[in-house]
Amino acid sequence: MTKLDLLRFPLIKTLLRSRWPQFLVRLLALAGFVLAVLAGLLGTPVGSRSFAIVFVWILCWALLMLAAVPLFGRGWCSVCPIPMPGEWAQQGALLGPLQTMTARWRLGRPWPRRLRGIWMQNAAFVLVALFSARVLTTPLVSALVLGAFLLVALVTSLIFERRAFCRYLCPVGGFIGLYSQLAPLELRVRNTAVCASHREKTCYNGSLEGPYAGYGCPWGAFPGGLVRNTSCGLCMECLRTCPHDNIALNLRLPGADLEQRRGRGLDEAYKGLIMLGSALAYSAVMLGPWGALKAAAFAVGSLPWLGYALGFLTLVLGVLPGLFLLAAAAGQRLAGRPLDRRSLKQAFAQNAVALVPLGLAAWAAFSLAFAASSLTYIPVALSDPFGWGWDLFGGAGVGWTPLMSGAVPPLQVIVLAGGILWAARSAVDVQGGRAALPVIGFCLLAGAGLLWLLVG
Amino acid sequence: MNLPLQSVSPERRRKFAGLVVLAIVALAVLALPLPLPSAPPADRHFHLQASSFAYQPAVLHVNRGDRVTIEIEAQDVVHGLYLDGYDLQVTAEPGRTAALSFTADRSGSFRFRCPVTCGPLHPFMIGQLKVGPNTLLWKGLALAALAALAGVWSLRR
Repeated sequence: MTKLDLLRFPLIKTLLRSRWPQFLVRLLALAGFVLAVLAGLLGTPVGSRSFAIVFVWILCWALLMLAAVPLFGRGWCSVCPIPMPGEWAQQGALLGPLQTMTARWRLGRPWPRRLRGIWMQNAAFVLVALFSARVLTTPLVSALVLGAFLLVALVTSLIFERRAFCRYLCPVGGFIGLYSQLAPLELRVRNTAVCASHREKTCYNGSLEGPYAGYGCPWGAFPGGLVRNTSCGLCMECLRTCPHDNIALNLRLPGADLEQRRGRGLDEAYKGLIMLGSALAYSAVMLGPWGALKAAAFAVGSLPWLGYALGFLTLVLGVLPGLFLLAAAAGQRLAGRPLDRRSLKQAFAQNAVALVPLGLAAWAAFSLAFAASSLTYIPVALSDPFGWGWDLFGGAGVGWTPLMSGAVPPLQVIVLAGGILWAARSAVDVQGGRAALPVIGFCLLAGAGLLWLLVG
Repeated sequence: MNLPLQSVSPERRRKFAGLVVLAIVALAVLALPLPLPSAPPADRHFHLQASSFAYQPAVLHVNRGDRVTIEIEAQDVVHGLYLDGYDLQVTAEPGRTAALSFTADRSGSFRFRCPVTCGPLHPFMIGQLKVGPNTLLWKGLALAALAALAGVWSLRR
């Protein structure tokens, strides 16, 4: 399979090797993030007028799901501002090279072995999703959640080594990692033998001196062992610390990671199911005509909300995993494979590859409707971020108008059909032949549900 | 001299031919109108009660060609109705009604939303106007089934 190493282009390599361009983008993002928190705390309580809601949940969300993740995978994580304060406290520097390997403000403990994987990220996403009708519409609540992200990331950096928050806790990072497998971009090494014979492993351990001084991989990944995008945050630190010019940033066929069987566990399978279930639930709550459902999702702590929360948890943790397990078991039976606990577990985890393209298509289709109807809030919130009557850029008077309202439903159909096609291919690739049919049936069922919710 | 096509195995040619057939069927599904019966146009009148953050009734059914009047009554704060696809809008003051009249000349399912900031869930205050049979949904379901078939076919060994 042909790949194009973008680091062969001197301009790209120079831009990525220098810490400055990335730092400036992150600094700008941090300014936006802090402004969002302040706008939520001090500004208007009207969500559609608040920078806290419009910047994070409309502008960033649309960019993330419709462009950043499908095209750049974890590229979003490489410019995310949330870990910046923690990194600075942990390393004593942001622009390096490192001043000391033993910064004073950190404990530098390894992340507990039993908490590895993305179970904690799954739990964090479900927790935020339960309150999402409130978080996405109430600036104060949104600011508190964003502030909590920043605080937890900071505390985690002080206690644990590297970017433990990004790797194991961030609810957004969890699904970005899952869907980054579809991106046409990957960071790998040019020659694994070079890494194997490199004793210092500066890409992983960091380096204090010389032209290759820098931090060891903040994500705790060894580039020489990367076979999927999930655990690489594209921070480019390995490019800066590799003395052998052995790092490659490849353009590749989208979804190449789906062919990899290694490292697929139940946590990732559950992530796929939680994301699919959340896309279904969000489509019903936010885009459906059911006022009682919206009111229940919003009234946190009330009896209707408890019913909504129970329904949501049952869907994403019970019904969908149960149906998927049945599909995986039926596939095993059709293939004449054993149905013992271990085989089923493995089939469940491996078949979940099909949920990756389907899930991203589901979120893209949902986000299309969400973004198209809300984009005209952006100039208003940029010009008057606090809702105090400012007009910084002349956009405060822009009226609300949904964009492309006639074009969005056909686009959603095409996106979902593309996701189902890709999911079917992935299922056949994993199971082979007839054995993939039950999982394809599951994907078709979920796709039909989404179609009904989005264009029905 | 061998033409490029001659070097392709018969299995791969069959697979490719199958995908081409599926692609043609998919295009036909998208492009061709469905032969569905339609009722003669009629005058349809709806009275919608709008309160934070729902319409009652939330789903309206009409036939294509019907002359539709939607009367909206805001019950608590200022609400309104913006009809996707038709790009029509009306707003109503609290306790008062306002009306929107149009001919439903496009079939399908169209969302209508409150165009006036009316509270925290305002962006999600949504109802639906269903004009005739929802051909896009049926075409979408057919396309999804074809997509699944194409996915299976493309990796047929």
